[in-house]
Amino acid sequence: MKLAYYPGCTLKGRARNFEETLVVSSSALGVELEELPKWSCCGTVCSLASDDLMRQLAPIRNLIRTQEMGSDGLVAPCAMCYNTMKRANLLVKGDREKLETVNEFMDREVDYDGTVEVLHPLQVFGSIGMHPVRKKASRPLTGLKISPYYGCLLIRPSAVAIDDPRNPRVMELLLEALGAEVVDSPLKAFCCGAYLTINRKDAVANMAHKIIAAATTRGADVMTTSCPLCFFNLDSRQEEVQARYPGATRIPILYFTQLVALALDLGDSCDFTDHYMDPRPLLEERELL
Amino acid sequence: MPERVGVFVCHCGQNVAGVLDVEKLRDEISKHPKVVHAEDYVFMCSDPGQERIKRAIEEKELDGVVVAACSPTLHEDTFRRAASSAGLNPYLVEVANIREWVSWPHREEGEAANTKVIRVVRSSIAKLLGNKALESIRVPVTRSVLVIGGGIAGIQAALDIADAGLKVYLVERDPSVGGRMAQLSETFPTLDCPQCILTPKMTNVGHHPNVQLLAYCEVDEISGHAGNFRVGVRRKPTYVDWEKCIGCAACMEVCPVDVPSEYEAGMATRKAIYIPFPQAVPNRAVIDSKNCLRLIHGKGCGLCAKVCPTEAVTFQHDEGNQELEIGAIVVATGLSVMETEEFSEYGYGKLKDVINALQFERILAPSGPTNGEVVRPSDGKVPKEVVFIQCVGSRDPENWKPYCSKICCMYTAKQAMLYRHAVPDGQAYVFYIDIRSDGKGYEEFIHRTMEEERVLYIRGKVGKVYQEGDKLRVIGADTLSGKKVEIDADLVVLATAAIPSLGIEDLANRLRIQLTENGWVKEAHLKLRPLETLTSGIFTAGAAQFPKDITYVVAQASGAAAKALDLLARDEIEREPTIAQVNGDICTACGNCVEVCPYDAVELSEEKVAKVNEVTCQGCGVCVAACPSGAISLLNYDSKQILDMISSLVEGG
Repeated sequence: MKLAYYPGCTLKGRARNFEETLVVSSSALGVELEELPKWSCCGTVCSLASDDLMRQLAPIRNLIRTQEMGSDGLVAPCAMCYNTMKRANLLVKGDREKLETVNEFMDREVDYDGTVEVLHPLQVFGSIGMHPVRKKASRPLTGLKISPYYGCLLIRPSAVAIDDPRNPRVMELLLEALGAEVVDSPLKAFCCGAYLTINRKDAVANMAHKIIAAATTRGADVMTTSCPLCFFNLDSRQEEVQARYPGATRIPILYFTQLVALALDLGDSCDFTDHYMDPRPLLEERELL
Repeated sequence: MPERVGVFVCHCGQNVAGVLDVEKLRDEISKHPKVVHAEDYVFMCSDPGQERIKRAIEEKELDGVVVAACSPTLHEDTFRRAASSAGLNPYLVEVANIREWVSWPHREEGEAANTKVIRVVRSSIAKLLGNKALESIRVPVTRSVLVIGGGIAGIQAALDIADAGLKVYLVERDPSVGGRMAQLSETFPTLDCPQCILTPKMTNVGHHPNVQLLAYCEVDEISGHAGNFRVGVRRKPTYVDWEKCIGCAACMEVCPVDVPSEYEAGMATRKAIYIPFPQAVPNRAVIDSKNCLRLIHGKGCGLCAKVCPTEAVTFQHDEGNQELEIGAIVVATGLSVMETEEFSEYGYGKLKDVINALQFERILAPSGPTNGEVVRPSDGKVPKEVVFIQCVGSRDPENWKPYCSKICCMYTAKQAMLYRHAVPDGQAYVFYIDIRSDGKGYEEFIHRTMEEERVLYIRGKVGKVYQEGDKLRVIGADTLSGKKVEIDADLVVLATAAIPSLGIEDLANRLRIQLTENGWVKEAHLKLRPLETLTSGIFTAGAAQFPKDITYVVAQASGAAAKALDLLARDEIEREPTIAQVNGDICTACGNCVEVCPYDAVELSEEKVAKVNEVTCQGCGVCVAACPSGAISLLNYDSKQILDMISSLVEGG
């Protein structure tokens, strides 16, 4: 299977470890990700104004690039990019008039025909099926207790949700196929604090503290996420959590693709140097590295 | 064919006249070759309006009338009666719907609306010109009523009808009557206990000489029509001879099988042989064949039969059918509530101390499994912090039900109050969206709950409930202060949405009555005919139509009883003569009409011609559409009339 791939800004910067592990593990699972030749900003935050079509141009431009490549699927691993592009896509797919307005405005671009599907890697892995994943997991994550954390952007609003927004299970199924023990947390879809991380570190520390405690008190060794912003708030903000809640349990945070790579014996692709909470001691102790 | 037509244009106050040029309409229509009289008036349906119609019929010798007004569902009868009293056959009156079809939808469209309205009235004239004078069909009635559902609605309706002297068959699918009301702890706003106010009615209905109580029965096949239904009733196997059973409950003492009790909403168990509750009417035992060891294995156990003092336990599959002759039917099938399992954000039903309101009723009930002592299901501890969440599944069009379940605000306040009576040092919290307390004494009751019982009302919804140690962490929002709220509670009670009783779709299909998209019984007109269904002779009462509290259920049940009595107060009922008729010369006896008729009203006669039963035919017209040779037509709705109507509508391009 060959699919167009949209990395977005973060995966080329702070979240390189997400991109690297995504590309190699996808390939090992038979999915070739072909990066868009010339991609632009995803639009970041989806505009809720119904007449604000200007804000939809950036995401739709990326869909046009995908269409030009002849791919009907565009894989967006960053939860924010996924959400913004998927919502822009739904908006014009469901409204011919808006689609025409956008196409007329971008008169130097090929018209977007509304046929591209925006996909998240968890959906792509899900479509491969858990049986092949299980078979290819030559270094299963046996004994590793992992608590998945979804955040909001993959499951809300429900129109773009990759799974049941009230109780998503896709990561759980993947982790179980990789041999790990899943620790269900009631706060797996809680808010991480998002951009408050810039000017309200205290609020984000409070959220991160609760989310982490909900996982650690239920026995989790590591937590996993698919969103670079959630990753930052749960990982780097643990410094702030420690300062404000002395004695709070620490926990390493991994992208789910890093866990896939480890289980597929592609550990060499994992670069853990950018993690605030270094998972290597734990992974070495469990003989997963 | 009418030759002297009168047209009466109604202003409907400003509804029509505020949008359309009624005078121009009147003048244009008077140019029609068959129209000899046209006038307009502010309210044609009023007495003076009707007088104008009568006077014109008499003075101008009209032989046909078109009233251009609102929908015929509202006032066709009114105008037909007026015409009839002036000596005109009522079937020579047509209503042109210029309000719903023209003035309301085309409020902003000026001249185009004025053009359309003339065509609409012309098309009604075109239809009228093809009408024949008809006489209504008269059918003798069977003076008995079937009430389906033995809750408070069904009981009340049955008693009212029986007291008036008519025979009533009350069908209840459970082993006892009583319904939801029998499960309640106390009732708002008076705090009467159902044992005190319902049990006497249950006993009455069980012993009334005019009521035949058919408990543990289901309604099967239904045929016929208003005044003369034939209803098959199937008695489910009880495996106990009810003639011999004396309700002593000795069998329940020895039965080794425990299963969740339906009556206790799963808060306690019952036996495989059981009487649902001590006040049951009839007070007779049934065996639940899915759980009885003897019935599963075909041998062994049989302890109940050994202790039964009257040898009533037979283990015989004693199913029975009977056919009833019925004049009118009252549907009183009531409501159910959504289960906690539906709600993943509140623990998917896996958290034992998250329960629905019906379950909490049983915990609060003095006759309940804890004898009214308030304890939580997980460990039997007295809960000191109880959170009530309203609108769970209601008023949530995105995920669940769009409607307000109507009763939850009040029963939640009642439950919070009763909890505080039982646990004086406990704290109750209620999360609400709005408080809807629109009944006599209801608002005062809410205030008592808030002020005297110190129940804390928080305006907002709860997003998540999860186990944290031996507490339930409740995370919600207070939308008045804009703050997040976290409560560590011992017990969480969900006011889950009221939903129609299980099986209503199936029953509605057999009764040929309509349901709303959410499964409630659809009434003939929400405001003006709320007790009648669209199928004549079938009435509805209580929560089957929509959730409502006991006060309104009882009022509605008495209303439905009066409606049924009204229908059966005469020896004969009149039926619309606008039914299908067959042209025997063209009919090829293909039988399509017999196949498609939803009322089994068409059959092939011995002469190989389709024959319409004028008593059962409802005039729906399905057979007309299905007839390949055009041999069937609907009286006063034949194809020529419809084509003439279309021609008048499109005349002049």
